Amino acid sequence: MATSNAQSLTPTVDASPIRDNYLTYRRGVMSWLFTLDHKRIGVMYLVGVLFAFFLGGIFALLIRTELISAGDTLMDADMYNQVFTLHGVVMVFMFIIPGIPATLGNFFLPIMLGAKDVAFPRLNLLSWWLFIIGAIVALTSVVGLDTGWTLYTPYSTGTAAGGSHAMMGVIPVTAGAFIMGFSSILTGVNFIATIHMLRPRGMTWFRMPLMLWSLYATGVIQILATPVLGITLLLLIADRGFGLGIFDPAKGGDPILYQHFFWFYSHPAVYIMILPAMGIISEVVSTHSHKHIFGYKFIAFSSLAIALLGMFVWGHHMFVSGQSDIANAVFSFLTFAVAIPSAIKVFNWLATMYKGSIDLGAPMLYAMSFIWVFTIGGLTGVFLGSLGPNIHLHDTYFVVAHFHYVMVGGTVFAFMSGLHHWWPKMFGRLYSQRGAMVGWLLVFVGFNLTFFPQFVLGGHGMPRRYHDWGPQIMRELGFEAQVNLFGHLHLISSIGSYVQAIGFLIVAGVLVHALFRGRRSPDNPWGSPTLEWTCSSPPPHDNFATAPVVGDPYDMTGLVYDRQTQGYVRRGAGAGSHGG
Amino acid sequence: MTQIDSPSSSGGSAAHPVSLRVLVIVIATLLALTGLTVAAASADLGAAGIWIALLIAMAKASLVVLYFMHLRYESLFYAVILTCALFLMVTFMAIALMDSAAYQSDIYPPPAVLSS
Repeated sequence: MATSNAQSLTPTVDASPIRDNYLTYRRGVMSWLFTLDHKRIGVMYLVGVLFAFFLGGIFALLIRTELISAGDTLMDADMYNQVFTLHGVVMVFMFIIPGIPATLGNFFLPIMLGAKDVAFPRLNLLSWWLFIIGAIVALTSVVGLDTGWTLYTPYSTGTAAGGSHAMMGVIPVTAGAFIMGFSSILTGVNFIATIHMLRPRGMTWFRMPLMLWSLYATGVIQILATPVLGITLLLLIADRGFGLGIFDPAKGGDPILYQHFFWFYSHPAVYIMILPAMGIISEVVSTHSHKHIFGYKFIAFSSLAIALLGMFVWGHHMFVSGQSDIANAVFSFLTFAVAIPSAIKVFNWLATMYKGSIDLGAPMLYAMSFIWVFTIGGLTGVFLGSLGPNIHLHDTYFVVAHFHYVMVGGTVFAFMSGLHHWWPKMFGRLYSQRGAMVGWLLVFVGFNLTFFPQFVLGGHGMPRRYHDWGPQIMRELGFEAQVNLFGHLHLISSIGSYVQAIGFLIVAGVLVHALFRGRRSPDNPWGSPTLEWTCSSPPPHDNFATAPVVGDPYDMTGLVYDRQTQGYVRRGAGAGSHGG
Repeated sequence: MTQIDSPSSSGGSAAHPVSLRVLVIVIATLLALTGLTVAAASADLGAAGIWIALLIAMAKASLVVLYFMHLRYESLFYAVILTCALFLMVTFMAIALMDSAAYQSDIYPPPAVLSS
């Protein structure tokens, strides 16, 4: 399998102090801020998106605390509207979209491919700066936006609200999202160009780890769909700032056209979030089951199928917004079609685990949690994708629960899985498995406690985006009989959010502790055959001293546990041969 | 018809792949088509007017993409990428406009701009 001209790598098996690596290659703040090293850029993205996750999490806790009891608990309705808008904007644009591709993707795509860097390192750095600038611009609206993250017209153009002060944030947020969109496009361009141009000899398409197929599919969506978001936001600014009337019926415009534009990007954006997550799961499930991935080509092509089909389902967000019946029928059908490639992945992961030697450490626990919550999220999508039930369930907590199961449950669990899987490689330190597993337990239980009751809430009619569920307002909505039920379920949901928050704090503590006090990681602590585990931990500045040996990325034969280093080495690789 | 200075299938060649003569011919054609656009806009062609205008615009865009953006001299892969993007855009516009047309009559009051 190995290419004839490639030399084998010598795994570093000694426990001597870490020498030349990307962390110590140059020192000083400027060496980070203007670095062209994809690994450092990945780490800088990681810092940025984790801060956004923290910020979005604070907003989430404020929301759940407000809903813990009836009436104004913490804030009034106006403030609540602003808080949930900020929660959405921060979590979607600053955390989930760049979350996996820009952090773990940036860090590991070139290494897993066997390249020294991405194709355009300067564009990569520019994308990080654009992300930071865009985030700052968007956050200047911190006290003035209550449209929800979708910024629907005509409300966001001020025609309905009469231009209240709470609408001042529309332009900063759209401008910020516009700038961050460019960041996303540049990342996508870089990934596609790198995979096409920088594959070393022997790295054929079907020898690429599945993470790379996922990142490739993600890059395609980022390039094709994100410009539409840019256009949409510019049109919105033109409408709001200059009264152009694109979305204003009084001027011949069409408010539903905004929804077409918005969801033409934002639905594929869901796949920008979930595809790299699926890539992580493929890597983690195979490695921690110590078994060759099942159905490699099916998983690889299902990523592309999801990217393709995901482009044509945007209308399922608009079933009750006045969209024509024929469009509804077409979008409903296509929505069901997306389930096929998604299910292909799930079944292949399960088949990979079957009869595997499963190592139930933190990465695998998060990966299995992903499969659990993603399946629940996916199956509840069947209800929402059906035209009849959608009328009953739209804009209720059922929708909130569904998309949190898919996006938080899916993406965040996969992100955590990947973070725990690759943390020893990124920073050269092992974390406490016991601490990480306690963190996982609280996050998993807390997550389900938070969002499962919301399915029931929605099924009973509780509308989303209300800051109160007390008897008075529920009487007006015709849900008086459900007030007690709503109260109990909201209480459980809020308690779940606190459990989750404690879990995430423990996870943060465990990982940060590992940075400073963690045991030094061997090169390959989990026994993974992919290329990133053949270089030292943390990787050197140029990733590979010599051309890596490329073979089947999931071939486990020959990988044996070495007691001395407490990591895995290739059998007969004491001197470092890595047969492909 | 064309002289290619150096193949650039990798996209990394610094030399310009299109000869000056071809570039001059293309810009002259583009200017002529612009004149045709103006003429077509001035003439009353009825319902065919929009199609003629679109046809001219498409011809101009094709020339720019094929020669100025070198698509003609690149590998087929780039043409596939461009076609995918165009297909996506056309699908999006077709569905959005088809949907919009389906309920235009329901939008009330009738658009002032359109009725004037």
